[in-house]
Amino acid sequence: MDLYEGLPEPVAKAWERGLTSGRAAMSRRRLLRAASLAAAGTTLAACGIPPAAGGKGGEGAEEAPDYSRKEKVLNFANWPLYVDVDEKNKKKHPTLDRFERESGIKVKYVEDINDNNEFYGKIKPQLAAGQSTGRDLICLSDWMAGRLIRQGYVQRLDPANMTHAVTNLEDRFRAAAHDPGRQYSYPWAGTACIVAYNKKATKGKKITSVSQLLEDDALKGRISMLTEMTDTVGLTMLDMGADSEHFTEDQFDAAIARIQKAVDRQQLRRFSGNDYLDELNSGDIAACLAWAGDIVQLQMDNDDIAFAVPDRGYLFGTDDLLVPAEARHQSNAEALIDYYYQPDVAAQLAAWVNYICPVTGAKAEMEKIDKELADDPLVFPDQHMIAKGKNFRPMSAKEEARYEEKFSKLIGA
Amino acid sequence: MTALAPLAGTSETPSAPQGGAGSDDGAGPGAGPGGGGRRRLTPYWLLLPAGLWLAVFFVAPLFYQASTSVQSGSLEEGFRVTWRFSNYSDALAAYGEHFLRSFGYAATATALCLAIGYPLAYMIAFRAGRWRNLVLVMVIAPFFTSFLIRTLAWKTILSDGGPVVGALSSLHVLDLTSRLGLTGDERLLATPLAVVCGLTYNFLPFMILPLYSSLERIDTSLHEAARDLYATPATTFRKVTFPLSLPGVVAGTLLTFIPASGDYINAQLLGSPNEQMVGNAIQKQFLNVLDYPTAAAMSFLLMALILIMVSAYMRKAGTEELV
Repeated sequence: MDLYEGLPEPVAKAWERGLTSGRAAMSRRRLLRAASLAAAGTTLAACGIPPAAGGKGGEGAEEAPDYSRKEKVLNFANWPLYVDVDEKNKKKHPTLDRFERESGIKVKYVEDINDNNEFYGKIKPQLAAGQSTGRDLICLSDWMAGRLIRQGYVQRLDPANMTHAVTNLEDRFRAAAHDPGRQYSYPWAGTACIVAYNKKATKGKKITSVSQLLEDDALKGRISMLTEMTDTVGLTMLDMGADSEHFTEDQFDAAIARIQKAVDRQQLRRFSGNDYLDELNSGDIAACLAWAGDIVQLQMDNDDIAFAVPDRGYLFGTDDLLVPAEARHQSNAEALIDYYYQPDVAAQLAAWVNYICPVTGAKAEMEKIDKELADDPLVFPDQHMIAKGKNFRPMSAKEEARYEEKFSKLIGA
Repeated sequence: MTALAPLAGTSETPSAPQGGAGSDDGAGPGAGPGGGGRRRLTPYWLLLPAGLWLAVFFVAPLFYQASTSVQSGSLEEGFRVTWRFSNYSDALAAYGEHFLRSFGYAATATALCLAIGYPLAYMIAFRAGRWRNLVLVMVIAPFFTSFLIRTLAWKTILSDGGPVVGALSSLHVLDLTSRLGLTGDERLLATPLAVVCGLTYNFLPFMILPLYSSLERIDTSLHEAARDLYATPATTFRKVTFPLSLPGVVAGTLLTFIPASGDYINAQLLGSPNEQMVGNAIQKQFLNVLDYPTAAAMSFLLMALILIMVSAYMRKAGTEELV
């Protein structure tokens, strides 16, 4: 192997000339130095990051061997506070415990997903290297699920193992743009991004639109938006009369420019992840973009918390269950998905989690548990609410990179 | 990492004769007249653990980072080394403001740490008496909780409705600071002041400890001698104590300035979008934009700029005489 392999052509030629003729050829020391430099060059060039596995789009990972029969375990990674908790023993999860009893599968439930991007950064190296992530089931937002499907990092699910899920998934979740026909993903819960505010902090004033968040002087320095690009920009585009399901690049840019103006005016206190709740609760943040399920929970403790579904629509999405490539226990994972699509289990989960329930028949079950929640449009949306919910359209890899770049400039980094 | 194999392979061969030449000179460390081979090798054995550690966890990642910083491509198509050095200039053009802000905040925090830390270190070294150990423990005590938790605690302490903002506001301190552009609208959080204070708080022990250790070594009889020679306390400090504590000042400022420049937790938690530092930008490039080359180039730029500033500073401070 040539020492100067990997250097651009003219540079390599120069190396060669320099080493074999002229003064440089005389000095052994110089030769040694050149060798180590060239070696460094070779090494640098030998690195590189391979393309994301699929790249072909939606073909899914190759079938990994399934050890489900031999190993009755399931490694399930989820977001914090996203499953029911026993009132007496916070470490117990009634629905998961029942699943373990009924199926004989031991669930290792880990709450290690805090942010879609961070989690992707965490598992991507293993996925790219074709190794197991050590997780059999993960829960990610729809746009990130779309990325993993596009890149071929998830396993295709077998509908034969999930009869409840196939029958009970509500129709409006079936035609998901990022996974048409739900071949790779099943929703754990639906999410609605809406406007929320603290009545005490706004002095009783109602906050009902993104325009108010961005332009009301009374809220200066006391509003927050989300670090999730799809939610923040999507809702702003809706507010500007654009359709988040069919927007153009210009409309996207206009929304970014509008938020940028608010940032420059110091209208925004910050862009937050899941951690806006404390500040909304204390009133440091008077009004913000928020996830509906969080607000339902917060309202139980604090009467000052109110929310508004913007007239022009809210951003609707799902958090999807996926089986990552090279997972060892796919059938166990499918068994769990199927289990949660039984209406009574789904109702029990929704009663605690308070996010939108994607399971047909769960509303009837919820009426037995909690009448009030069964009528809450944030958990079981009515026709009016459903009509106002808009997705963020799926993006190609290039678009996604471009939009994330613009958004990350906006949020100050 | 397989990519390192060619490096190891090529550098081994040429370095073998060099080693031979070294032993002919007899200039190897520890090679006394009667020194056996084993004794001569001892220093190398002692270096081995740290050397291996640094090779695996510092040199190899640095190589990988250097490679990444000149790549181009996208996540889906993969990144390939194309010697795209414009990653550096692009990053500097797009995020120059973040670099400036980082160094500005870090320098301010370092100056504040020195102003707060020096008197305290002086007190511990010369005046604390039997309280000395207790005070030292108090300085170190914050390390028993995580960095993150401590910064989050400041969020609660400085919250808008909290006592600190209330008190400062009624004393009209906030009016003054917002006129200086440090705060705004009757709040402390999400302002430059909060970020700088957070940095100062978090890195203060790194200033105090080296200052203390170099002050503590000063022989107090020098102070007596100065007094005998009719030096006023101020002159004693200026001519005796401070010059002798300079190694501590240099070490403390470096230990504060360097990590503070790269910090992103304080800006993230205590700042608004207008106070984000270069660390935040690198994090976003890496995790959100997935532009690994730009993120790597920015990390290198940060390292290089810090290195330049630090070496200029060291030259000025003349560490050769101090150490």
